[in-house]
Amino acid sequence: MKSSVITFPGSNCDRDMDVALKKFGFINKMVWHDDNELPKSDLVVLPGGFSYGDYLRCGSMASKSRIMQSVINFAKSGGLVMGICNGFQILVETGLVPGVLLRNKYLEFICKNVHVKIDNKENPYFKNLDNNIFEFHIAHNEGNYFCTKDQLKEINDNSQVAIYYCNEKGQIDDQHNPNGSLKNIAGIFNKEKNVLGMMPHPERMIDQSLSGEDGSLFFKNLINNIK
Amino acid sequence: MLVNEKVAIEHGLKAEEYKKICDLLKRVPNLTELGIFSAMWNEHCSYKSSRLHLKKLPTKGDKVIQGPGENAGVIDIEDNDAIVFKIESHNHPSFIEPYQGAATGVGGIMRDVFTMGARPIANLNSIHFGSPQNKKTKNLLRGVVHGIGGYGNCMGVPTIAGQTTFDSSYNGNILVNAMTLGLVKKDKIFYSKAAGLNKPVIYVGSKTGRDGIHGASMASASFDEKIEEKKPTVQVGDPFTEKLLLEACLELMAGDSIIAIQDMGAAGLTSSSIEMASKGSLGIRINLNEVPCRETKMTPYEIMLSESQERMLIVLENGKENHAKKIFDKWNLDFAVIGKTTKSKNIELFFNDEQVANIPVNTLVENSPMYDRKWKKAKLPKKNKFKNEDFNNLKIKDILKKILSNHNVCSKEWIWQQYDHTVMGDTIQKPGGDSGVVKVHGTNKAVAASVDSSAVYCWAHPLTGGKQVVAESWRNLISVGAKPIAITNCLNFGSPENEENMGEFVECVQGITEASKYLNFPVVSGNVSFYNQTKEMGIKPTPVIGGVGLIKDYKKMVTMKFKEVSNLVLIVGKTEGHIDQSLFARTILDEKNGPPPEVNLFNEKNNGESILELIKKDFIKSAHDISLGGLLTAVSKMCIKGNKGIKLNKSKNLINEIEYFFSEDQGRYIIEINPTDFKEVSKILDKNSVHFEELGIIIDKELIINQKTKVTIDELKSYNTNWLKNFMSS
Amino acid sequence: MKISAVITLKKDVLDPQGKVIHQTLDGMGFKDISEVRQGKYFEIDVQENDPHKAKEIVEEMCKKLLANLVIENYRIIETK
Repeated sequence: MKSSVITFPGSNCDRDMDVALKKFGFINKMVWHDDNELPKSDLVVLPGGFSYGDYLRCGSMASKSRIMQSVINFAKSGGLVMGICNGFQILVETGLVPGVLLRNKYLEFICKNVHVKIDNKENPYFKNLDNNIFEFHIAHNEGNYFCTKDQLKEINDNSQVAIYYCNEKGQIDDQHNPNGSLKNIAGIFNKEKNVLGMMPHPERMIDQSLSGEDGSLFFKNLINNIK
Repeated sequence: MLVNEKVAIEHGLKAEEYKKICDLLKRVPNLTELGIFSAMWNEHCSYKSSRLHLKKLPTKGDKVIQGPGENAGVIDIEDNDAIVFKIESHNHPSFIEPYQGAATGVGGIMRDVFTMGARPIANLNSIHFGSPQNKKTKNLLRGVVHGIGGYGNCMGVPTIAGQTTFDSSYNGNILVNAMTLGLVKKDKIFYSKAAGLNKPVIYVGSKTGRDGIHGASMASASFDEKIEEKKPTVQVGDPFTEKLLLEACLELMAGDSIIAIQDMGAAGLTSSSIEMASKGSLGIRINLNEVPCRETKMTPYEIMLSESQERMLIVLENGKENHAKKIFDKWNLDFAVIGKTTKSKNIELFFNDEQVANIPVNTLVENSPMYDRKWKKAKLPKKNKFKNEDFNNLKIKDILKKILSNHNVCSKEWIWQQYDHTVMGDTIQKPGGDSGVVKVHGTNKAVAASVDSSAVYCWAHPLTGGKQVVAESWRNLISVGAKPIAITNCLNFGSPENEENMGEFVECVQGITEASKYLNFPVVSGNVSFYNQTKEMGIKPTPVIGGVGLIKDYKKMVTMKFKEVSNLVLIVGKTEGHIDQSLFARTILDEKNGPPPEVNLFNEKNNGESILELIKKDFIKSAHDISLGGLLTAVSKMCIKGNKGIKLNKSKNLINEIEYFFSEDQGRYIIEINPTDFKEVSKILDKNSVHFEELGIIIDKELIINQKTKVTIDELKSYNTNWLKNFMSS
Repeated sequence: MKISAVITLKKDVLDPQGKVIHQTLDGMGFKDISEVRQGKYFEIDVQENDPHKAKEIVEEMCKKLLANLVIENYRIIETK
């Protein structure tokens, strides 16, 4: 299975994603933001970081990068595109997934483990996973998901919510909402479910000696689903 | 503008220093030259008050690849891997503008590390604020934390450990010390020594603006804007540009184009060009018209003294200019050939085809002033004699509550949760432990690092305090299973012109020297920050030690959290009951006098090495060193982290429980072992003549201190975790 | 009465955001830009009908909170 990770100026989880994808069997290529063409890929990942310093609005300038036109075309033709953290912010700025990511409610960067609940497994990312609740890691300043009422209705009508913040038992409430996200939303699909944007970093959870191993479950399952 | 003694004094030079400049040059310097002298001869660049004493520090060892004198120190961690590390202060800028001051401090230290070819893999910081009651404290703390996070997070370098303290002596002068570790291949280390004649000198990174040009520059009368705009400007950090600079430099370093490289830190282009020339015994000629400038009409004086961030100076091999330019173009960074190396041994500057400065390099470096400042020796204070009555009305649980929630003991999670501590995917021990630990990417090795200071001890008796900080750093590394290798120090003191403050410096350095010699824990890099004072009052002497150690097999790393019910807990090292200068004495008894606990270096070494032996043999399940707050504080933290309790035994040695629980005797650790290993463990400790006692047995959810006193883990947590959160939201 | 204030970085202070926005605009084809500087804009409704006094109040706010005078300037731009 072939994957591509896009490096924007200021990306800083690109290497971590490369390590994770390779660990679980992907043949991964790093792609420079200023390239014209995507290499042939089964999965394209927009990694975390601070593309263009997160200046102006997070993800805004990266969404205008040369490579993004190919990424958008790839997504529109049904290719799998996953944006993690800053990658999610970039996806939102391109309009591939609905909504925006505002500054965290308490105006502070948050780096910690959180639990998330998978809402919908009818998609290439979560299909065949045994569990519904995962412990992932977040590290962001702008992860406060927001969209209009109409958008929210559409999101719900199309089952586009990918994951919610919750407690270890799967309970979704304010107390376990780390950043003020609307309805505890931590990740969103496009209508067709081939594009996934999420704030948590599964690539930081791939080793027991690191933060945990739930990321391993995610990646192992993902490559099997793509095969 | 005419240069004379008055202008020199406005530049911070002394009258006799100005005379020396005129003698060395055999003429009166022009304004640009005077600016260059003032920058090179100030305390920060010349170490004129400290050099004499710093010479005593042990800087060599079989693991030391590079000691002080380069951008950072380098140690060998085997398999052709090396760690580059250094700590640096950014105290004064952080007090003026906490966000930018702290951010640029973090940026500066990371540049020092990647200048040597190393990719930064971990950041640490030691920050000291005024008393929580001081009106400024909260905003300064918030600004500094946001600044450190803002820069480090954006760079994608994890912040893995740190230290935060509050003390009224920092009310008017906070301390912000930042440390970075980088990883490099031993055969790909880059140095700042220029070599070869007629080699191109390259400027890369951000453009030069009027950032941080010091007060005297206003006298240059070159601006035509309003007075308000002439104020010296604070440097603004641009972590995004630095991230690009990091990647671009590492890309260029992969080849063989670079002869020498130096970052432009304090005194910018001046110190970087002069350092390179001086180390290479060469001259450098620079055409200042080629320097990329952000502002119009910048003068040679301003260009040379600007402290704009995110810039580097490189001496390239001939013919590599195009190759290098391509890389910096790719990363959208400025690139300019601004000069070349010469055999003149002078620094020669040209602007609009005129020579604007011509100074022999050795006058700026070798001939810079060095002072043997007067200093006062500190007496060891007399011990307080506490009587049992002093303790009679005190309840252990109340004391514990006060100490765990004390601002210098309480959990600093509010701070480190704002730092990305897991990016790069190698962090195996996050902040809040004895040391931060990161894996050496792609290997089984891990590197541990810790930052420590004990200003109270140093204030009470500088010699002992100096020793103690090194010993504490050593213990913090041992507690996670790392073999301590070397340290970096950031020496924060008051005015060297004040005999007492100078005495504190001299004796702390003496203490550091003794301890690091004895423990074979050499100093490989560091920084001195003097003049930390409010009006005439210096801060408490605050040497900060950053220690680095190696864990050969990361699976053997130890944490402080209690692991398993029924396991046996031992206290290693002897408890003598030293109460003076303990947190207990200072906060509960309100007794601020007396000597700090004695540091017995033999015991430190012996106890520490024995702990490492036990870890190597897999006997230790959890470990924590005993420091501020004493035994009961340390045990409580192990309970909190592990969410487990302990039933403590009654101490056999000391009559008074309070002394037993809250004294701050040095050289002690708490370890958890499997009861079945007790025989083996005690055999090893006995063989090494290490004193130990059985402290208790791990149980569920409760700290049982004695029959009358029990505390649940939830209570302990609430004591420990709430203070900072509440303080910041109040 | 509504008073507006604009906070910008002082002239010689580096504006990293402005710099990157400039580069991106340039890359998108907006050539001929010589500089981009960014700042903050506030609209404050003050319970004060005398425009002079209202401006003074907002000026105080700028000095004490809205602007960081170490690196920023403020401008009261408009009264309604």
